[in-house]
Amino acid sequence: MNKMTPFHDVYSLISSEFLVAFRHRYEALNPLLFFVLVCLLFPLGIGPSPQLLNTIAPGIIWAAALLAILMSLSNVFRTEYDDGRLELMVLANHSLVLLTTIKLLAHWCLNVLPLILLSPIIASALGMSFDVQITLILSLLLGTPVLLLVGTTVSTLTLVIPQNGMLLALLVLPLYVPVLIFGTSAVNATAAGMSAAGPLYVLAALCVLSLTLSPFAIVSAIKIGVSQ
Amino acid sequence: MMKWLHTMASSAWFYRFSGKMIPWLMGIFGVLFLVGLYGGLVAAPADYQQGDAFRIIYIHVPAAWMSLFIYIVMAVYGFIALVWRIKLAEVLLISSAPIGAAFTFLALVTGSLWGKPMWGTWWSWDARLTSELLLLFLYWGVIGLYAAIEDKRTASRAVSILTLIGVVNIPIIHYSVEWWNTLHQGSSVTLTDKPSMATEMLIPLLVMATAFKVYYAISLLIRTRAELVEREPNSKWLKQVIEENNHE
Amino acid sequence: MILQAKNITCLRGHRQLFTDLSFTVNSGEVLLVEGENGSGKSTLLRIVSGLRRPDAGEVVWNEQAITAIAADYSQQMVWVSHRNGINDSLTAKENIQLSISLSKSAVLNINQILERVGLKGYANTPVRQFSAGMKRRLALSRLLTQQASLWILDEPQGALDKAGIELLDNLITEHVANNGMVIMSSHHDVQFNNLTVKTCRL
Repeated sequence: MNKMTPFHDVYSLISSEFLVAFRHRYEALNPLLFFVLVCLLFPLGIGPSPQLLNTIAPGIIWAAALLAILMSLSNVFRTEYDDGRLELMVLANHSLVLLTTIKLLAHWCLNVLPLILLSPIIASALGMSFDVQITLILSLLLGTPVLLLVGTTVSTLTLVIPQNGMLLALLVLPLYVPVLIFGTSAVNATAAGMSAAGPLYVLAALCVLSLTLSPFAIVSAIKIGVSQ
Repeated sequence: MMKWLHTMASSAWFYRFSGKMIPWLMGIFGVLFLVGLYGGLVAAPADYQQGDAFRIIYIHVPAAWMSLFIYIVMAVYGFIALVWRIKLAEVLLISSAPIGAAFTFLALVTGSLWGKPMWGTWWSWDARLTSELLLLFLYWGVIGLYAAIEDKRTASRAVSILTLIGVVNIPIIHYSVEWWNTLHQGSSVTLTDKPSMATEMLIPLLVMATAFKVYYAISLLIRTRAELVEREPNSKWLKQVIEENNHE
Repeated sequence: MILQAKNITCLRGHRQLFTDLSFTVNSGEVLLVEGENGSGKSTLLRIVSGLRRPDAGEVVWNEQAITAIAADYSQQMVWVSHRNGINDSLTAKENIQLSISLSKSAVLNINQILERVGLKGYANTPVRQFSAGMKRRLALSRLLTQQASLWILDEPQGALDKAGIELLDNLITEHVANNGMVIMSSHHDVQFNNLTVKTCRL
């Protein structure tokens, strides 16, 4: 009988997240499907003029990604909370910050990364050129973690409320606006032939800020939720 | 020192103290408000560019200042409530939220009214107005979250965290919206652009700003008293107060 | 090992669930928290486990307030609530592996544990297919994977059949004989042979 090393523990925790996702793999398609459908609505609703679509493409893709992430937020920690597993995470022998980070990392890889990987295809359909797509992917890579982290912080505060859909959207909207603005402005800058460095650096700063502060806020919110 | 702070934090002391303060504050507010109104509507000269329409600035700008000020004060209350778990701070926080939301709404409406004679539209996606709109959503979020959670102690803690998250984001939101606006509109003069104001125009503005602050204090005290009574209906101090009022 | 509750008060909304409640539990003792539905048994156990803070008073473990030694305290305590705390999407074996990882306990023979709780042969069955009683047995396996001195059990008998209740009795009796402590809640009579059972009535 030997004790597992810490890496073993972390590996086992991460792999159980992926295992569960694999067993629900059809549900994992939901954010992706939503993303594609929203992006599809705009050409259908506005008209297929290439110049128009080209101009609004960054906004469409960013807004669709934001909404898809918003939709997936209600699932983070919700099943754990209902099951009684969240209490066990609080009482576990590992730092709750670590457990939260693992959970969010898995969530990002499973729910958000597919969107980012699919975005070049949607972007091409909307007439975006290749170099603009690179900026798009970069902006999504930097911005979506912020959306996920800030969104999870707020959604964990609403765990004690049974049906929190619309309230969550209201709470999170003002906090998402800066990311949306800088994300689209980075892509628009490249489309206009200018450097996207400015907005991308701001996104990177927001990313680092949320990576450092959010886990602690999320942990506080979890402890509030679990005390009920 | 801690003992004095904890006395101040007791509901009983607060209820009695605020009861005495309110009439005085109302008097001060009345004077300041009338002086400010007279100064703004009558005494200050008409702006050479905008004529008399600019006078709405005497409501719009103090309201906008208050909307931001109140949110920051709420964040301070939230911090105190989370770190030292003082109940009075929790109550002050949630009592301030509707007042802040009202000032934000007032700023938006007056800003929109100002926009009509200036630009011909009710809404112009001006950077400041858009920031105010997002601030209104932040306030509604706080009010909504508090209302949705049944246990009020839990609700207070959740709302304290939410307010702190909001306060960190306010500068980020403000600068991002300004950036967004200048990108798409170029350097146009914004609604709340304040070139150096003549003193006769500035003083009524400051008087109104002070009047609004006093109004906030009055409204906060009244709401906090009501919330305290609602939260602690079975407490000893409340029974004493009711008895005292019956004997008058 | 001594657990003491000192003048614990808890409010729910405007209702006072309990005020100035105090008790002591020593090694080798069982504390039974009794009361009707809604009397605050679960809330009291949540306070003792550290998940919830009391509105007044404190819980003390070996002369130290549990709020001050949070991490150490949760290592020495196992919490089993009336919600099972198991992942329906995993198999029984995976669930146990996960709880071993979470509690950083020494690797144990998982099959042996499953046999002990009466789930022999179900190691690779998805928990979704379990009956309520089987899920409860799996939840109780945590008592075996986390070797802790204090057991806090909230309505542990829920969904258990007669054999299951016997299993629970055996587990508790063994644990107490090994100098462990058990705090449990129940809304009906519980009988243990040869054990010192204190009661706390809410």
